[in-house]
Amino acid sequence: MGELKQVRTDAEAALIAAWDRAPAQADWRKAAFARFAMAGLPHRRIESWHYTDLRGLLRTALPTRAPDSAAVEGARARLAALRIGAATRLVVLDGAFRPDLSDMDALPEGVAVQSLAAALVADDIVSLLAPKGLGDDDSIVALNAAMMQDGVVVRIAPGAVVERNIALVTLMSGGAPHAAFVRSLVDVGAGARARIVEIADSPVAEIQSHDALVLRVGEGAELEHVAHVGYEGAGAMQLHSLLATLQRDATFNSFCLVADGGLVRRQIFAHLDGERATLGLRGLSLLRGREHADTTLVVDHALPYGVSREFYRHILDGEATGVYQGQVCVRQHAQKTDGAMKSQALVLAEGAAMYNKPELEIFADDVVCGHGATVGQLDEDQIFYLQARGLPRAEAEALLLEAFANEAIDFVTDETLRDIFAQEAREWLARRVAERRP
Amino acid sequence: MLEIRNLAVKLADEDKQIINGLSLTVKNGEVAAIMGPNGSGKSTLSYVVSGKEDYEVTGGDILIDGESVLEMDATERANNGLFLAFQYPIEIPGVATMTFLKAALNAQARARGEKELQTPEFMKRVREAAKKLGIDQDMLKRPLNVGFSGGEKKRMEILQMALLQPKLAILDETDSGLDIDALRIVADGVNALRAPDRAILVITHYQRLLDYIKPDTVHVMARGRIVKTGGPELALELEKHGYRDFVGEAA
Amino acid sequence: MAAVKETVDRVKAIDVDAYKYGFVTEIESEKAPKGLNEDIVRFISGKKNEPEWMTQWRLDAYRRWLTMREPKWARVDYPPIDFQDLYYYSAPKSAPGPKSLDEVDPELLRTYEKLGIPLREQEILAGVQTSKVAVDAVFDSVSVATTFKEELARAGVIFCPISEAIHAHPELVRRYLGSVVPVTDNFYATLNSAVFSDGSFVYIPPGVRCPMELSTYFRINERNTGQFERTLIIADKGSYVSYLEGCTAPQRDENQLHAAVVELIALDDAEIKYSTVQNWYPGDSEGRGGIYNFVTKRGDCRGPRSKISWTQVETGSAITWKYPSCILRGDESRGEFYSIAISNGRQQVDSGTKMIHLGRNTTSRIISKGISAGRSNNTYRGLVSAHRKATNARNFTNCDSLLIGHDCGAHTVPYIESKNATAVFEHEATTSKISEDQLFYCVQRGLSEEEATALIVNGFVRDVLQQLPMEFAVEAQKLIAISLEGSVG
Repeated sequence: MGELKQVRTDAEAALIAAWDRAPAQADWRKAAFARFAMAGLPHRRIESWHYTDLRGLLRTALPTRAPDSAAVEGARARLAALRIGAATRLVVLDGAFRPDLSDMDALPEGVAVQSLAAALVADDIVSLLAPKGLGDDDSIVALNAAMMQDGVVVRIAPGAVVERNIALVTLMSGGAPHAAFVRSLVDVGAGARARIVEIADSPVAEIQSHDALVLRVGEGAELEHVAHVGYEGAGAMQLHSLLATLQRDATFNSFCLVADGGLVRRQIFAHLDGERATLGLRGLSLLRGREHADTTLVVDHALPYGVSREFYRHILDGEATGVYQGQVCVRQHAQKTDGAMKSQALVLAEGAAMYNKPELEIFADDVVCGHGATVGQLDEDQIFYLQARGLPRAEAEALLLEAFANEAIDFVTDETLRDIFAQEAREWLARRVAERRP
Repeated sequence: MLEIRNLAVKLADEDKQIINGLSLTVKNGEVAAIMGPNGSGKSTLSYVVSGKEDYEVTGGDILIDGESVLEMDATERANNGLFLAFQYPIEIPGVATMTFLKAALNAQARARGEKELQTPEFMKRVREAAKKLGIDQDMLKRPLNVGFSGGEKKRMEILQMALLQPKLAILDETDSGLDIDALRIVADGVNALRAPDRAILVITHYQRLLDYIKPDTVHVMARGRIVKTGGPELALELEKHGYRDFVGEAA
Repeated sequence: MAAVKETVDRVKAIDVDAYKYGFVTEIESEKAPKGLNEDIVRFISGKKNEPEWMTQWRLDAYRRWLTMREPKWARVDYPPIDFQDLYYYSAPKSAPGPKSLDEVDPELLRTYEKLGIPLREQEILAGVQTSKVAVDAVFDSVSVATTFKEELARAGVIFCPISEAIHAHPELVRRYLGSVVPVTDNFYATLNSAVFSDGSFVYIPPGVRCPMELSTYFRINERNTGQFERTLIIADKGSYVSYLEGCTAPQRDENQLHAAVVELIALDDAEIKYSTVQNWYPGDSEGRGGIYNFVTKRGDCRGPRSKISWTQVETGSAITWKYPSCILRGDESRGEFYSIAISNGRQQVDSGTKMIHLGRNTTSRIISKGISAGRSNNTYRGLVSAHRKATNARNFTNCDSLLIGHDCGAHTVPYIESKNATAVFEHEATTSKISEDQLFYCVQRGLSEEEATALIVNGFVRDVLQQLPMEFAVEAQKLIAISLEGSVG
């Protein structure tokens, strides 16, 4: 009995047709597309996509589109209103890097920036852009590799200490439904230090954003990554893959806020490819309505003395669906690995659902690894305590929810960004309280 | 002030009667003590008076200033001037103690139609009260009760009581888990709040606390009701003879 | 500490490749021809004089099975099984349903003696203060003896081979067989439904507390034999039963297939406690031979306030694929899963549980202790799910893994699905190696490293051992030490 031939969905057919129309492509793109075409869109029988059946959820594949002048003006306005604190902004609009919208004349010392399209022509960075062993068997990573239009390549010189935040802003214009495929690269040289802020932004529209961010954190380098994923509105979809490689003694911390966004899949593939690498992956997802957000991690400890911390929180309201899958793999040589993972979810409404799958895969014996996962509601004893001090129930709940959110946000070390995220969480919760008022 | 009439209470989701026909009155300016063996229903009484929902009142009434509070939720009772010092103060991660104190003070002020405190005035009051209780500034920045020692938690309860200035305070086993120095600090804090327009109900298992907080009245509770009422001498008697006699009497 | 001492002695006494139960009983067997087709299914059914409905049930299952594929999602790796190269029926020739123990082939009785099963009632009665256990022994495919039948009958308890129950209690069998594990459930369960040869049947009437522990001992003896036993336990309203299952197989080079189905039904206020000690032949240290154990065990807490508790000690088999589960259908019902899974050599274990919360105020508890040694892989795979109507569902899960040696793997794959806003699920898991500090402490007090390891492992699994009936706990403790033999470098 062979594998049953799957019938192509409309979305799959549209993606294949788009590929067929494209001019001759590089071999590595062809190979990536072949991987996608073979697997098709991931569905619930694919273990790592079990709770996000993209084959069913993605009805149509939207076409890509170059922005017109009105879209560029709209982008300028949105950029001006963007809350990200002081930062050097590198802007991608509708799939293309826009030096004209970016702070190209204010690049910090030790930072070189290029468009992906230019980098692809200029030198061979394919091996850097599609690192082996990171998401190799994921058809969405393959689709992105095949279809990527453009993106930003940021190189941070060895030893450079970049004080100013570098913001990767991915904008999608509104109007007619459309899609974009973006892949960016941040290559942090040995001993360098930097903070990358990644923001997705668009007016409410029907959009499909396929994003990949590739990070290489060199020996002894330190990189912090702070992201806000998800475009506003029920019609928005964002598939975001983060592919990170950590070399010896490297430190990489990532925090991601998911708030709003009809359908979000955020997947992180992290490879601790040198001894004594330290990884921290944290996040907060605030979901309501019929939103569906999936955070899936694959953490691969390949060498000894690695440390990894994963900490994710979800607040689910309405009929939202939250998914957290965290796989920590410790290979045979990765002795003395120290791994701890925690996933906590508060389910506030009858129609909401949370799916948790913390996973350990361990082949080395001298390790300390653990995970904890909880799903539940606010603690009634805490609510009673606050009520007994005079707080009305709704206020007590709001206070506890805010605390729950802030404990995750506290992992952001940049005070301005932390305040922005905390403010956003507060507004999200306030809207919840307002909506519940009779 | 507090008047409990023939109160009967059971667990909300179990058929277990915990309080059976309990009557008790605490007048303004009075400090009353309830003593009793473990399992006599003392803590339940404090929870029921403050409005915890795990219990069901099946008979009788609880009145504060002559008004029944049974229909009020815990928030309303607190805003009516009732304060419970918890036997096991709850830890609330992520909520800084200062934030919590401000939220509580403001909620009560709003409920009474008073103006909310300005931050400088609020800070001043907290600092003064904290100083008296030996609570350092660092503790106020930490999440409420998280990682506090037993003594620190109890002092934090008294600090809240001092800030909220309740009409009726119930202290549930406030002495449990305290060493002698902490006990003295806590007792001093309570004694400072004795006032003609305030009633204080001290619930305790041991007589020890009553050496520091001298009660006007002592009630003995056993099997869910008050079985004997007397003056401070009753506490000493209990210390000598234990609860045995009363447990039998109530049966 | 006596048991620990004994464990340590046992470890010393055993060679690396020694499998305690690896002897073959020399008795003639009657086998069906090799392979599987409708005729074989009819042959098995015919051998047992089954009524037509039963034959049809099997044939339906067989036809369904032809359309199914082997599940591949577990973390186990083995060469393809040629299902046509197996015998699906093997019976000891002299024992077509003995009337009393005296009629049982003495060779068989000696086999069970070697296994340490208290088959003869007098042995038990003469035993030093051990409680009574009624035993149903399944040898290859056939149930050979059931003890204490009369005493059980006085209490109204039915405990007999399922082949007998099909004739004697068809109304119960028809009502409940396949009602927890449907014929179409999964590849192995469907295969079992087509070809199961025997197994135990238990019915506890309303309000009855079964007067003794019930027990089955399974043994695979015949070469190239698949064993497909089927167990059905029904605890009627307000009843209680504790059931023990033990398994062994002789040492063989070929991999033998074992695909059992166990169905438990607990009606209102009933409680079933099901304990297993599984030490099928695990294969040698190079991974040759050993049992493939693909088992479907599921309990249905059908009535309100019912309770099903699974306890398992898994030390044997080359491959274990097993997820004893609870469907918490009745309001306020409770499911429990306590597991010790030990793998050594080249063993592969993929085991865990499913707790499906359907009713209101249902609770479940999972305690899993995995120990991997040698070149083995040991996976905990579990599902906890609360459906929309499972108001106030509660689960607590604790999964700990211990690694001994650097060539083994320990994996934890929990699925936690909450579709109810009032559900509270807590899950925690740890993986670590034996603490150097603990080992050193023990060694400093004079224990060998091997003794120290056995001691610490016994401590690690204590929470689960405590769930086992006493006699089983002692046996399990010995098995743990034997299984870890040779694992300390």
